[in-house]
Amino acid sequence: MSDEMVWRRKDLLGIADLSAQEILMLLDTAESFVEVAERPIKKVPTLRGRTVINLFFENSTRTRSSFELAEKRLSADSLNFSGSSSALSKGESLIDTARNLEAMSPDLVVIRHQHPGVPHLLSKRLESGIINAGDGAHEHPTQALLDAFTIRRHKGRIEGLKVTIIGDIEHSRVVRSNIHLLTKLGAEVTVAGPRTMMPEAIDKMGVAVAYDLATALHDADVVMMLRVQLERHQKTLFPSTKEYFDLFGLTPRRLQMAKDDAIVMHPGPMNRGVEISSAVADGQRSVILDQVANGVAVRMAVLYLLMSSRSGGTEVRP
Amino acid sequence: MRRIVKGGRVVDPSQELDAEVDVLIEDGQVVRLDENIEATAEDQVTDATGLVVTPGLIDIHVHLREPGFEYKETVRSGLMSAAAGGFTAVACMANTSPINDHRSITELILGQAKRHPYARVYPLGAISKGMAGEELAAVGEMVEAGIVAISDDGLPVMNAALMRRALQYAQHYDLPVVQHAEDLNLTGDGVMHEGEWSTRLGLPGIPSLAEDVMVARDLLLSADTGGRYHVAHLSTGRSLEMVKEARRRGVRATCEVSPHHLLLSDQLVAESGFDTASKMKPPLRPQSDIDILRQGIVDGSIDAIASDHAPHHQDEKDVQFSMAPFGIVGLETTVSLCLDRLVGGGMIPLSRLIELLSTGPARVFNLPGGSLRPGRVADITLLDLDRQVTVQPDRFKSLANNTPFAGWQLRGAAVGTLLAGEPVALPEDE
Ligand SMILES: [Zn+2]
Repeated sequence: MSDEMVWRRKDLLGIADLSAQEILMLLDTAESFVEVAERPIKKVPTLRGRTVINLFFENSTRTRSSFELAEKRLSADSLNFSGSSSALSKGESLIDTARNLEAMSPDLVVIRHQHPGVPHLLSKRLESGIINAGDGAHEHPTQALLDAFTIRRHKGRIEGLKVTIIGDIEHSRVVRSNIHLLTKLGAEVTVAGPRTMMPEAIDKMGVAVAYDLATALHDADVVMMLRVQLERHQKTLFPSTKEYFDLFGLTPRRLQMAKDDAIVMHPGPMNRGVEISSAVADGQRSVILDQVANGVAVRMAVLYLLMSSRSGGTEVRP
Repeated sequence: MRRIVKGGRVVDPSQELDAEVDVLIEDGQVVRLDENIEATAEDQVTDATGLVVTPGLIDIHVHLREPGFEYKETVRSGLMSAAAGGFTAVACMANTSPINDHRSITELILGQAKRHPYARVYPLGAISKGMAGEELAAVGEMVEAGIVAISDDGLPVMNAALMRRALQYAQHYDLPVVQHAEDLNLTGDGVMHEGEWSTRLGLPGIPSLAEDVMVARDLLLSADTGGRYHVAHLSTGRSLEMVKEARRRGVRATCEVSPHHLLLSDQLVAESGFDTASKMKPPLRPQSDIDILRQGIVDGSIDAIASDHAPHHQDEKDVQFSMAPFGIVGLETTVSLCLDRLVGGGMIPLSRLIELLSTGPARVFNLPGGSLRPGRVADITLLDLDRQVTVQPDRFKSLANNTPFAGWQLRGAAVGTLLAGEPVALPEDE
């Protein structure tokens, strides 16, 4: 990280807006937070007295717990609103919710919403810094950051790696954020999945497209499997989970088509036996649990840097 | 009573006229066009020096929202908006509440129009009862009451059998059947054009196919029945090619295009940061479609430019992109946008624009205006080609301000209209 580099963004809305330098700054900052998790007392006073609101319109125990833990370890005061709580009742418009939040003057708002662009809308209306924790099928920037962080820890670099992402590409925010991040840092990205789950013109995002596992896995350094969302698309996009597994499920035998030292990732929660077999998920190549652990450090880095920009870009040491 | 519109440049494509002549009007009709018509003491004179005088502009695709959605727009505010934008007539869609599927609603709309005579109103009747897409509406009765075409606009006629019957039946009244061409199954939950930008933004896409499949089907039905078919707000290059090809085979098909589909691409949704003013149906398309549509503007294959004026309340649009209603207002931006970007940009001559905004629309719907030939109604629009305007939605006469063109600086504007020879005066500060 260059000395004069200072984080200036109020929000983290997506990876699409970030420069490679900003991404590296986030990843490097996360490195310094990993050590906190190794301490007996896993807490630093960095965000003491700061308020963070976790606003989750869509259920996500995993992402929300990760943010909450990151906030606690930074000593922030955090407040949770979830889609089912009365504060986010169905009749209230998003703008009214935003106005209510503004009245509480939080420093940061972490938002998860099922509709693309909601963090952007809040960012236009709120003084607080906004962190996108997933907006529909658009972006999930902290997931891509923790994925990159995990790859870098295992492979030592991102540049020049061949990364293959397999699954329901069309409905995945994880894919979009990962494509932006990995291509900005010089990886070669291939996306693969059923034709019915491949969005139009995805190649314009700078990736190769494959429709079979053999092509997709060939020579891969990193294999990222996506959750197939059975609840939504079972009927129109593929006939059965069995057929899905037959075509795209990752088994130990298929994994042999990738490089010998290829790692396997999954953003979770997994559907064992649908997109990934248990033998792979629990196997030696799997770094899935590392992803979870790294998620906390990466989110601490995001919270820390956005807060530092609110303090006028002055250094707030971890 | 006589009025003379003096000193202007008359551009009237219906008689291939582009000359500095005066227009003599008597009892609401054009009587004579000539150089230097002398005014007597009793004559009223409209000074058009430095202005362009055209047959009154007609917008054949407008949602006036009354009855039922008066919080979005009323006949009164919509007609004020039309007059402010340079239109002397609008054709209004039937998707009101109740729906204009029987004569009492047609009469109600025309009654309101009479009370607020800022522009003429030509209602469209629904094709199907309740726009439910099942049974034919009372077309004949509505024709007696004053409708000029039929359409379920807002919704497509999905049922091919009903569309076939509509194309057959409408011929008894020589009515065009106007289709909002969209296969709703292909649209699914789409909210913007399906392509690179929907993919980048993770928004569900509306494929071009949703329009093309419908236009293809309807052209077959129109060819087979001999019915007059009009494609509302045509937005894809492939649909335009199909319309042109069908017409070469003698199919009675016409089409209109909206200014936003000529000037904005789907990239705007990303550039504007999910601004709901970039959300409409059909959605903004990619540049490749825009190029083909512009070619149709130039080569004459597009019959009309229509705004698809679709007012919505600010609270409805001030939500996340996926939840916002489709549509933008257009009555007060269309003329300046076309003058600046199409004529000013050198794409088409002024006379072609007047054809697209007046003569063409009148022909498509068999309307009275569209020409300043002697004997025609003296509906006139005055244009100032040099006037600099900035699009200011808060100053619209429309109740709504949902437009993606806010802040655009444009050269050329409508500066006045005459209805049956009488200048239209709008109430100030509303
Ligand atoms: Zn329509």
